[in-house]
Amino acid sequence: MCTMIASTTKVQGAGKGSNGWFPITQATVGYDHASHCDDDHAMLLDFVNYDLGTDARVAVELDLNSARALVEQLNIAIDLAAKSGV
Amino acid sequence: MWNSFTTDSHVSVTAEITTFKGGNGDEIHAYVAHPIDDYRRGGIVLIHHMPGWDEFYEEFAERLARHGYDVICPDLYCRVGHGTSDDVTAKVRAQGGIADDSVVADCAAALDYLKALPTSNGKVGVMGTCSGGRHSLLVASLVPGFTAVIDLWGGNVIMAEDQLTPQRPVPVIDYTEKLTIPLLGLFGNDDKSPAPEQVDQHEAELKRLNKDYEFHRYDGAGHGFMYYQNQMYRQEQAMDATEKVFAFWAKQLAN
Repeated sequence: MCTMIASTTKVQGAGKGSNGWFPITQATVGYDHASHCDDDHAMLLDFVNYDLGTDARVAVELDLNSARALVEQLNIAIDLAAKSGV
Repeated sequence: MWNSFTTDSHVSVTAEITTFKGGNGDEIHAYVAHPIDDYRRGGIVLIHHMPGWDEFYEEFAERLARHGYDVICPDLYCRVGHGTSDDVTAKVRAQGGIADDSVVADCAAALDYLKALPTSNGKVGVMGTCSGGRHSLLVASLVPGFTAVIDLWGGNVIMAEDQLTPQRPVPVIDYTEKLTIPLLGLFGNDDKSPAPEQVDQHEAELKRLNKDYEFHRYDGAGHGFMYYQNQMYRQEQAMDATEKVFAFWAKQLAN
């Protein structure tokens, strides 16, 4: 099914795509048909910079459990980073 | 029928990416496929699915052309940009999808394109899979001049109020009264969108409004059961559906 579940947020950072490193400006999080992973639907993460073209994109597809695990680890790392004072 | 050509027959097609004037007169890309002979024949507007204007749709267009139809598959995502189909689709996803109005306008232009061909017999069908199935119903309901429509597992024909978006402001089922041409719908009973209950609801509306339709539903098949490129594929159901598609067009688009 086409869930059309997708949201975007501005981000600041860098990503490594097929043409090497590039500054990323936007992240899209979606849950819809997968292109390459084995599931019919997947969490679709796109880190992009459309000022550089449609191929300025780092794409990741994860199953739901993996997406939950990623969120958990991100939150742990964010907390530790905040406490580190660095 | 699939694989029914004789080995001494002359089946030859041409297929290419080209441009044509789509909605609002915008020059947009399309994949067009034709038999190379100049006999009169029907045409098909092929509406691609949400995953993109991709190689499945190029192959689908060529398959239909090999069976004797002029086919155009507009790149509905053309205005968003160019790149690999999944890169373009990601950008479309980020902006919330393509507006229904844009799809309708591009397909109305595609209808005119086919009818203007010297080989046109005046009959044009519209079809698609997944969101293309939903769009086919929408286009068939709103654009006069099509001969028949095929909806292959189109989800979100029925949408609740809180599911509507600026790109999709009206549930397609609300346009059922405007549908005046024959409809073939093929669905998998394991699909979640459209779920069997939603297909029931759609069918009930078609019956209520006395529309010309036929639905076929497949056990052991979910969404995308004709997608040979991924694990959704169900061989037996896909081949049966393929034959139903060819039989429907043979009847509806005949000279």
